[in-house]
Amino acid sequence: MPKSVKNNPNPNSAAAKMQAREQEYQQLQANNQPPAHLIKNCFNAFWTGGLICLVAQGVQQILLNYGFNNETVGAPTSAVMIILAIILTACGVYDRISQFAGAGSAVPITGFANTMSSAAMEYRSEGFVLGVGGNMFKVAGPVIVFGAVSSFVVAIITVLVYQLGGGSL
Amino acid sequence: MGRQTWLFNPAPVLLGAGTVAGKRESEGPLAADFDVIHKDPYIGQKSFEAAEQKLIEEACNLAVRHSKVGRDDLNLHFSGDLQNQITSSSFTARSLAVPYIGLFGACSSSVESMNMAALACASGAARLALASTGSHTNAVEKQFRYPNEYGSQKNATTQITVTGAGACVIAAADYLSNPPPEQIRLTSATVGKIVDLQVKDPFNMGAAMAPAACDTLLAHFKERGVRPDYYDLILTGDLGWVGSNLLLDLLSNNGVYIPQGQINDAGKMIFTPEAKNLAGGSGCGCMAVTACGHIWRQFARGELKRVLLLATGALLSPLTTQQQESIPGIAHAISWEVM
Repeated sequence: MPKSVKNNPNPNSAAAKMQAREQEYQQLQANNQPPAHLIKNCFNAFWTGGLICLVAQGVQQILLNYGFNNETVGAPTSAVMIILAIILTACGVYDRISQFAGAGSAVPITGFANTMSSAAMEYRSEGFVLGVGGNMFKVAGPVIVFGAVSSFVVAIITVLVYQLGGGSL
Repeated sequence: MGRQTWLFNPAPVLLGAGTVAGKRESEGPLAADFDVIHKDPYIGQKSFEAAEQKLIEEACNLAVRHSKVGRDDLNLHFSGDLQNQITSSSFTARSLAVPYIGLFGACSSSVESMNMAALACASGAARLALASTGSHTNAVEKQFRYPNEYGSQKNATTQITVTGAGACVIAAADYLSNPPPEQIRLTSATVGKIVDLQVKDPFNMGAAMAPAACDTLLAHFKERGVRPDYYDLILTGDLGWVGSNLLLDLLSNNGVYIPQGQINDAGKMIFTPEAKNLAGGSGCGCMAVTACGHIWRQFARGELKRVLLLATGALLSPLTTQQQESIPGIAHAISWEVM
């Protein structure tokens, strides 16, 4: 909205009337808003997210029995969880879990696998190169970009703090 | 009649209608009123987009068959959908080979195409005109929101696009020499203005469209000179549960009261009111299948005599949403009456 409208001294001008209508409508919308289930959603996200981590822990315990040690077991565990998430996505189940779980299924690595695989599936009809290749990062791309940017910023802050504080990394 | 309303006299006739619907619709309360139901989201096609074309094409063919006219007799075909560059409609028109005009009014395309077809038939520009619209939930989800299998938590104001298409054949008033007494006539139409009250949430389209619906309704009552109780039913297009309540509030703020039983919304009717169906249905197909399937059959059974169809559209694109623009709403109305 242009600034001149906000400061318009004439209450009868068309712009001021329009603004009054908009505000009145915002009030109406607020009255008609369906109830937000914040606490319920948080609770569901909490236990489903925990459940996914529990499954991952189980996978890790199994892998430890197959020649992996505590240092090398991380990567294969993630890989198994990613494959599981992709299978669930391909079966059309993951989006239903997410509707219930929200952040619980979006935050773990399985959520990331879902963003990649769902986009790849969706654009398969446009071919492998321009379809799958070009659109696979459509949803996941921003996560990677800002993940890299924020880690860069954090790295610089860390270096500065340690250098100025006289400590060593 | 007034600035926005056309009164057709003599009124063009609605010869026949056809509908095709998808799986979720087939589980809803209106399932018995659809001609064809496809449980397969691909309908045997390679992509969701191709499936949407198939939906519209089948609906058109059904409407032509129900009207007992030849496809070669059709003078004009008005069609609209939600794809970029309305490809589904144009590709359908390619196989129908009827003189074609493509329309885009987002979810209001259903009534928009009927309005144009009625105008063409009333003005003598066409003897027979076909109006069709369709949408496919997966194709629309892909274009406007996220990939279908992407796990995003949708809030309760989100509406689900209807998979389905509806078409109807409209003929000039004197086309039938002996019209049956229950013949539906398209008596009047109101072309809506765009109303934008700065709603920016693309997951709350009902709220974005309700002011436009209110504006068109008030204009229709005023210019046609009828009261709301003139109609047995005022059917709004796809306001869903949230938008419908807002419309009632807006109308009462303007001093118009419509009893509960006399106004309904296609988005509320098409799915069962369960939590998984969120705020109800939306999309081009929502009004198209409800009007051409359910309402058309209710007329045939003699349950309705006068109905005002009011299709609402949210004229947004994914681009304008990302650019933080608000959502302009529009609503078109057409009345179906038995004389």
